[in-house]
Amino acid sequence: MTQSNRLSGGQIDRNTTVNFRFDNRSYTAHPGDTLASALLANDVRLIGRSFKYHRPRGLLTAGSEEPNGIVELRTGARKEPNTRATTIEMFDGLEATSQNRWPSLKFDALGVNDLFSNFLSAGFYYKTFMWPAAFWEKVYEPIIRRAAGLGSLSMEDDPDEYDKGFRHCDLLIIGAGPSGLMAALTAGRAGADVILADEDFQFGGRLNSETLSVGDQNASDWAAQAVAELSSIPNVRLMPRTTVIGAFDHGIYGAVERTGDHLPSLPAGKPRQILWRIYTKKALLCAGATERPIAFENNDRPGVMMASALRTYANRFAVTASSRVAIFTNNDDGHRTAADLHAKGVHICAVVDVREDAPVNYDYEVLSGAKVIDTKGRLGLTFVEVALPDGSTRTLDCGALGVSGGWNPNVHLTCHQRGRPVWNEALAAFVPGSNLPVGLTVAGAANGRMSTFGALQSGAEGAAAALDLKGAPPKLPEAEDAPVAQKPFWYVEGCKRAWVDQQNDVTVKDVKLSYQEGFRSVEHLKRYTTLGMATDQGKTSNITGLAIMAEVAGKSIPETGTTIFRPPYTPVPISTFAGRMKGQEFHPTRLTPSHHWAKERGAVFVEAGNWLRAQWFPLPGETHWRESVDREVRQTRASVGVCDCTTLGKIDVQGTDAAEFLNRVYANGFAKLAVGKTRYGLMLREDGMVMDDGTAARMAEDHFVVTTTTANAVSVYRHMEFVRQCLFPDMDVQLISTTDSWAQYAVAGPNSRKLLQKIVDPEFDISNEAFPFMACGNITVCGGLRARLFRISFSGELAFEIAVPARYGDALMRRLMSEGEEFDVVPYGTEALGVMRIEKGHAAGNELNGTTTALNLGMGKMVSKKKDSIGSILSEREALVEPDVLRLVGLKPVSPEDKITPGGHLMNAAGPVDAANDQGYATSAAYSPILNSNIGLALLKDGANRLGEKMRLVSPLTDLTVEVEIVSAHFVDPEGERLRA
Amino acid sequence: MIINHPLLGPRDAAEFTYLGDASMIDRPDWQAEDAAEAFYDYAYLRDNLAGEHRELWYHEAGDRSWLVVTRDTTTHEISKVELARDVARARGRSK
Repeated sequence: MTQSNRLSGGQIDRNTTVNFRFDNRSYTAHPGDTLASALLANDVRLIGRSFKYHRPRGLLTAGSEEPNGIVELRTGARKEPNTRATTIEMFDGLEATSQNRWPSLKFDALGVNDLFSNFLSAGFYYKTFMWPAAFWEKVYEPIIRRAAGLGSLSMEDDPDEYDKGFRHCDLLIIGAGPSGLMAALTAGRAGADVILADEDFQFGGRLNSETLSVGDQNASDWAAQAVAELSSIPNVRLMPRTTVIGAFDHGIYGAVERTGDHLPSLPAGKPRQILWRIYTKKALLCAGATERPIAFENNDRPGVMMASALRTYANRFAVTASSRVAIFTNNDDGHRTAADLHAKGVHICAVVDVREDAPVNYDYEVLSGAKVIDTKGRLGLTFVEVALPDGSTRTLDCGALGVSGGWNPNVHLTCHQRGRPVWNEALAAFVPGSNLPVGLTVAGAANGRMSTFGALQSGAEGAAAALDLKGAPPKLPEAEDAPVAQKPFWYVEGCKRAWVDQQNDVTVKDVKLSYQEGFRSVEHLKRYTTLGMATDQGKTSNITGLAIMAEVAGKSIPETGTTIFRPPYTPVPISTFAGRMKGQEFHPTRLTPSHHWAKERGAVFVEAGNWLRAQWFPLPGETHWRESVDREVRQTRASVGVCDCTTLGKIDVQGTDAAEFLNRVYANGFAKLAVGKTRYGLMLREDGMVMDDGTAARMAEDHFVVTTTTANAVSVYRHMEFVRQCLFPDMDVQLISTTDSWAQYAVAGPNSRKLLQKIVDPEFDISNEAFPFMACGNITVCGGLRARLFRISFSGELAFEIAVPARYGDALMRRLMSEGEEFDVVPYGTEALGVMRIEKGHAAGNELNGTTTALNLGMGKMVSKKKDSIGSILSEREALVEPDVLRLVGLKPVSPEDKITPGGHLMNAAGPVDAANDQGYATSAAYSPILNSNIGLALLKDGANRLGEKMRLVSPLTDLTVEVEIVSAHFVDPEGERLRA
Repeated sequence: MIINHPLLGPRDAAEFTYLGDASMIDRPDWQAEDAAEAFYDYAYLRDNLAGEHRELWYHEAGDRSWLVVTRDTTTHEISKVELARDVARARGRSK
């Protein structure tokens, strides 16, 4: 069978034939076809099964509003479910599969659902699957999920690339039908920067679907000529295959350009789709209108289609759905379809017009005042039953029925901010209201100008008004300018199984049921029946559903309400929103200058924010991470270790008020810190909780170098800028982040000084006397390389931190390793760093968790009361300073092999285990290779006075109870002798 | 959204970080009699306006200016953008 339903004419390339497959059968088509037109050309009417009842379905429309003709496109990893056959541009080798059927499209086992439709009406989920409650997750939900639903995912990674981009224009024109083309010509000729976007691959909109003339040309020829002129205007950018999906604040629009969907395969490096953010001065919505159906009994059979879609298939694609076609209409536009099809040689069985005064035609029969009351045909339409005004019925033998219930302006984007459409009685449709997105105006059918001339005129006027163009308006070609002639008609009286929303299987009966059961507001109707909630967002069903609800309620349509449209206009693949941000590129990765060295050493890395940090450095033969970490800790405490601490935030603070500024942002005092000294700084939030901690080194009278934790580098800098600009705007102080400018290394352990003395240039004395604990200074190393040296210690050992310009980080690390060989130097990672800080009782991220005060952490005395600093006042609130507040303590399991579980809660040695008796919680845990025991840190009520007490650490979730002893948090060198050595 | 930066002109809101009510500029005097009460109000109490709202935005991916943006919370219309430092000075803040 080769394209038996082809007609003459059309805008397809008949010189080229392409092959495609649908459900594993081969067919032919021509470039210019959509999958939908190609299937119709090959007399394939049955395309899918419906969502709930698995009823046979075919195409309803010829555009992006399609609810029924949805298929899985392509195969393998590129398989895409739920694509609309009406928007898929034909290419050679296209493969598509029907969905939601088993075992086959023609025989679908779940078609049995249709017989039980009485039990599957609106709200059936809520009513039917209530009892027993335990059945929901295990029985009902899996069955429903298998039965309902649309296409299936490939479950493989999407192999294609997606991109994002930004564009700017004076005027964005959305839609390239008669109004959009005329607007673009007007604006483009006037020299404005114009973007003209249309979801279709061919510009022209309805002009390509009609046999009307524009000026002295055929409508589609006029469109082609307009596109040719626009292509030659350099300030006009044409964006076909581009759907403007949303109108956002301040004239910003989202658009999806399908750059590769029409290609058999993507050239290397070409993205499949691009998500554009378009910044506009003005925008003109020329989105046209969508024809709406009429609901009648069994109106969902393959072959029952929109009348305008039949016309599009005939005129643009040279295809008819059947050789015998009937029309059911309430308006004059339906008659146009009959006339066009008749002219192409298709037999018109009859035009069924609900109006008594329907226009007469001598070429075929017009049944005035008649209604379609039922249809027949198991897998496709064979008969239509018509009720005549005299009460008799008549059967029409036809393979397709075109339905026209009038046209709804495509107002969607006008609602994306806060606009609500208003009811237009003459059109019996919603038109754009007054509260439009800033800078947006509407022209053409989208604004209720339904004639071709009206579209051309309002497009030209809309562009001129948007750009404030002076001078004579452009001369408009002559075109059809007929008024809308229709009688509002939504559904045929007495029908029950008449589909309103075909994609979600919502019938007229369901809408009435919703009303009867009290779900009467439009928002309730929608959620109770799922009307308009499928992937087509009810483009062909919302208004009809609303009209039926209004009629049942005895109210007018505007009284009943309106639906709200939200972005995106049509479905957008998640991959398009993700763009290039997937896998490793989901967020940027920051590498420290000695990363490659660490990689060479076989380091295991951990993500710390965007940074990758060495977690430990396994040696050959080490099979468990603990072996590596224990070794790194022992070797550092016994001799010397080096740790990359580049990732800590570094902020340069300069100015004559620098010291006073730090006095305000830190809870402890900085005004009297001597030049050449470093001090630990505790930063509070204004509510008195600890925000961050770090060190501030006074390099000169008016120059400090501040460090922050890795995690808070960005937020602390932001906070300091807030304090500087918003609270103390006249302070002479400047801030800059230098985190990436310096590579910094902790050199820790009893031999750290000896190691550093080998590389620090001889004119700098770093002996304990000349460079004591907490000293800092500018030095040079390795024969003149500038560096900064700080004698600070996180590990509790004699330790230094040395910083060199970032580009020397790698070289410095290698030098420290080679010079340190004689001391058995060891590089250590963040795990060993963590073990040593827990052994030393230093608070870190686990303790600075946003709910702890300085007092909780044993640093209450550091909060100076003699000066103004952020958070000092509120840190004294009553409940924060009660005698039994949480205090930082150490935990030691009574049996050393018992693990401490961070997050576990402390309970008294005896008594109930419940929230009322909660005594505190463990924050950090480690195995200490120095103490040969598991240890931990905890926050314990009145902890400072409970040292030596035995308690239970419990985790009811994991059924864990460990006996622990409360000890000082300073497990190693509590007197601090080592770090002063 | 687009924020018309007083120094840099119109910039996309994605370059900014939002903080909140511009009343955070009016930090109380720590030595006042009622400092505890005043700081409590300052830290916790905010007006939740439907309409014109003055709020702090930080040009984090830009010049690191703090701005006071006057925005209608019901329409997102931005009627005024000032440097927070100028606002702070005008409100009597200094050192």
